[in-house]
Amino acid sequence: MLTITDLGKSFSGGVAALEHVNLYMARGEFVSLLGPSGCGKSTLLRIAAGLMEPTTGRIAWTEKPERGGIGVVFQEPTLMPWANARKNVEAPLRIAGMAAAGRHARAMEMLTLVGLEGFAEAYPRTLSGGMKMRVAIARALVTRPPVLLLDEPFAALDEITRQQLNDDLLEICARARLSVLFVTHSAAEAVYLSDRVLIMRARPGAIQHEIPIHAPALRAEGFRHSPQFAAYCGDISAALRACLN
Amino acid sequence: MAARILTPVIVVLAALGVWEALVHLWQVPAFVLPAPSAIGQALYDNLASLLFSAWMTLRISLTAFVLAVIGGVALAVVFSQSRPVEMALFPLAVILQVTPIVAIAPLIVIWVGIDNPNRALLLMAWIAAFFPVLSNMTLGLRAADHGLLDLYRLYGATRWQVLTQIRLPSALPYLLSAMKISGGLALIGTVVAEFVAGSGASMGLAWRIMESGNRLQIARMFAALLLLSLLGITIFFCLNALENLLLRRWHESRVLREP
Repeated sequence: MLTITDLGKSFSGGVAALEHVNLYMARGEFVSLLGPSGCGKSTLLRIAAGLMEPTTGRIAWTEKPERGGIGVVFQEPTLMPWANARKNVEAPLRIAGMAAAGRHARAMEMLTLVGLEGFAEAYPRTLSGGMKMRVAIARALVTRPPVLLLDEPFAALDEITRQQLNDDLLEICARARLSVLFVTHSAAEAVYLSDRVLIMRARPGAIQHEIPIHAPALRAEGFRHSPQFAAYCGDISAALRACLN
Repeated sequence: MAARILTPVIVVLAALGVWEALVHLWQVPAFVLPAPSAIGQALYDNLASLLFSAWMTLRISLTAFVLAVIGGVALAVVFSQSRPVEMALFPLAVILQVTPIVAIAPLIVIWVGIDNPNRALLLMAWIAAFFPVLSNMTLGLRAADHGLLDLYRLYGATRWQVLTQIRLPSALPYLLSAMKISGGLALIGTVVAEFVAGSGASMGLAWRIMESGNRLQIARMFAALLLLSLLGITIFFCLNALENLLLRRWHESRVLREP
């Protein structure tokens, strides 16, 4: 789906944020980028989204996603405070020039998918952090993109909400066979969600390790508490520590 | 709720009572400080002419205010679309703003007011009211959430879509706040302009004040002042109500919080 070859990014002032990054993501694969803060994982995601140009290297999509072909969720919900949940979800379709009736129906469908069908007319300030994030996810899915890029979307949420959203996200991605690039700083979250975890080191940012997770796509009930899960988390923590030294 | 309205009313009435009593007690001459009752009487006696003057002042203020909002918003939108234009024109707007309106008033009267004094008044009131709108609106258009701007870029939104769907709604609270300032400034600008334009040129409240002062009809002067304050207060409350109406559903400033 996505191949990144020898990618580098330096900012003005000569700070190298990324160097020699190689990354491959297959269709329908869930790949996590994990690393200490400042390792350039968000920068890498922004480059993949097309919001930033790389300094060197190449990004290649096997099928170039058209307008609306990539759904993005940022660290913050980034909702329009003056519009209700439904209108926020409709925004990408409105940009594409879809008629009001069609985008209304599609937005309601997406809100139902993320469990917010009863909050379509609610304004963001009346929603909880988790609900706002669900609206943002619904908005990212509303164009039915084959690719989803998520930049630490659950970092600010409490543990229970985060686990609930993790399960929902896995189900949505599996059902739509989405290819997902997921940035996080939580080893447990990366293990729980991913087919593959890429571990980055900082200054300059680069991918240091790759740890495949062998578990059924829809995680079994007790996966979070299984010895296998703990072992993966241990591996990743060790790899992260190795990056820091 | 009753206390919120009742308390200030009682305080004002008490102050008026003390004023009335002291004027009589100390026998203050009416041409220095008239009693509230005398002011009320003067207002009643001159109601028709004072209301006419209030209408003249209000009409010019409102016209200047509306034109200032339209001009300020339009120019701010142009600034938001082109940095070079902003850098070229913003200093001119600042110069217009920092020059005391009284200092350029005689020039304006000569340039545009010889045959039509109201035009000079309008222009001066406009200059007074214009800058807060321009300045706040420019800031508001620029203060749009960068995440939302990124999102719109990602979906290939046009400049027009970004402007109408992101930047203008983001700037709305800034604009409404500027309008509350400009509404008052338009009135002040009109009054200053009436003073400078002098008698014969206009029939507004400022002219009534000057005329009454010249004739030592201080009670009438106070009556005109009272109307002027009422105009200002009305303008402020109308704009406040407008702000409330447009922002109450979504803006943090309008959220009522439980104690």
